[in-house]
Amino acid sequence: MSKTIVPIGPYHPLQEEPEFFTLTVEGEKVVDIDVRIGYNHRGIEKLSERKSFDQSTFVIERICGICSTSHPFAYTQAVEDVIPVEVPERAQYIRTVIGEAERIHSHLLWLGLAGHFLGYNTVYMWAWKIREEVLDIMEILSGNRNNYAMFKPGGVRRDFRSEDIPLVLKKLDSIVPTLEMLLKAVTDDPVFHARTKGVGILTKQAAIDFCALGPTSRASGVERDVRKDAPYAAYDKVDWKMITTQNGDVFDKVVVRILEKLESVKIIKQCLNHLPEGEIDLNIADIPPGEGIGVHEAPRGETFHYVRSDGTNRPVRHKVRAPTFMNLPTYKATVVGERIADATIILAAIDPCYCCTERMSVRDTHRKKLYNGEDLIRLSQERTEKLRGKYQK
Amino acid sequence: MIREEVLRQVQERFKDDIIDFFDKTPKRVFIEIKPESITEVVQYILKERAARFNIATALDARYHTEIIYHFTIEDINLLISFRVKLDKKKPKIDSITPILEGANWIEREMNEMLGIEFVGHPDMRRLLLADDWPEGIYPLRCDYKEWDEKAIRDRGI
Repeated sequence: MSKTIVPIGPYHPLQEEPEFFTLTVEGEKVVDIDVRIGYNHRGIEKLSERKSFDQSTFVIERICGICSTSHPFAYTQAVEDVIPVEVPERAQYIRTVIGEAERIHSHLLWLGLAGHFLGYNTVYMWAWKIREEVLDIMEILSGNRNNYAMFKPGGVRRDFRSEDIPLVLKKLDSIVPTLEMLLKAVTDDPVFHARTKGVGILTKQAAIDFCALGPTSRASGVERDVRKDAPYAAYDKVDWKMITTQNGDVFDKVVVRILEKLESVKIIKQCLNHLPEGEIDLNIADIPPGEGIGVHEAPRGETFHYVRSDGTNRPVRHKVRAPTFMNLPTYKATVVGERIADATIILAAIDPCYCCTERMSVRDTHRKKLYNGEDLIRLSQERTEKLRGKYQK
Repeated sequence: MIREEVLRQVQERFKDDIIDFFDKTPKRVFIEIKPESITEVVQYILKERAARFNIATALDARYHTEIIYHFTIEDINLLISFRVKLDKKKPKIDSITPILEGANWIEREMNEMLGIEFVGHPDMRRLLLADDWPEGIYPLRCDYKEWDEKAIRDRGI
């Protein structure tokens, strides 16, 4: 049988950001995949070398719109590691609250998109509706819905007011019933099970070989979480659980992300109830020569920043590594052997943030047809309709 | 195993290859090794200490080129960084992709950004730069000059 090549991308509505995937298909099965990234490369590592440590934080924040806190969180810890110095306790609690609120909004965004790709537009609307509550919380606490500008090397820029905290706690309590309803809706639906169970399995050994991170590896049974392995900020002072499942398919990845949101709500409530008094900023004056490394558990995995300084006010080298960089190569292990209608949900299951990394297309040369992103989403939604008809007979 | 045990064993096992050993804080250790021994060290740290590969950083110091390989040993909360110093004119080192699949993409990136050659890499293509970016111009080097006369520049007003 001759092989056909299906390109997806670089610019189409399947992914929010540009990427170029080339799937080689035989009939309905995918036999090979090739990923090309680099469409969003902006040269941020080179830009950092021309800005001072404090100015860099604003550029670093805009690496990604969804995981906007994770990069400054890791960067400020890297700069503090050069000296090395510990920030005041109140600043650590404030950083934790912002980091966890971002995790909730990012996982909700992903849940909505996964629902859309599978044809469950109601899940999409509900998830993004309660996401608005979380964005309201961010606006009350920091002043903006994205790009909060709260982090600086040495602490945080702005303080929380104690009169805002009761309103924030009330909004958090209002989203928990909806999250539990979404969890039940996902785990009880037979068509959802048929679409996602056993699809796109990443085995435990493959997750270790490719150095997969975040929910992608926790869904395969590899217990890796920077917040537990190397605690920083206030994560060792509050009580929470790491969520792991064993199978590694798309269903497990959905369940891991929903349960993590419930844990994040617990962490935020504990931090806000026990917020200590004190300073929020160390007012660091000079960074001595040396090297520093900062890590943070972003919604997608471990973010890693390395900073080298030579005593002036600018970094000599700043290395940024987003978690999606290590997760994208796992496509070789998950997509190969699956059918083409499942390709979209498997590709979306690792929650790729290409802005942090860098887009894909599917070309059917045998039938001389070009599938773009809309076609693939339509193929995926049609398959759900067929399965639903079968279950409702 | 506790942290001091692990570090002592690394120092004993590779005593001919270690040039410098800097124990900075309880969580960070920086070790400089000779470039020829990188494959052995990586094999040891992956198999016997069950470490995880974080990333490799390449940088252009003034008189030499450096690569730093970062590994995390999660059980004892330790991040070990192995540094190798390479010649600046023709930087060349063995690739670790045959033993560690996770290092494939970062070696491609280091090759196109700084011009480091990785001997034995299975698939050396461009990763981030465009296809029509000329050969021989490496963006992250210190002596990089803006070469494209026709590019649109927005200097801001």
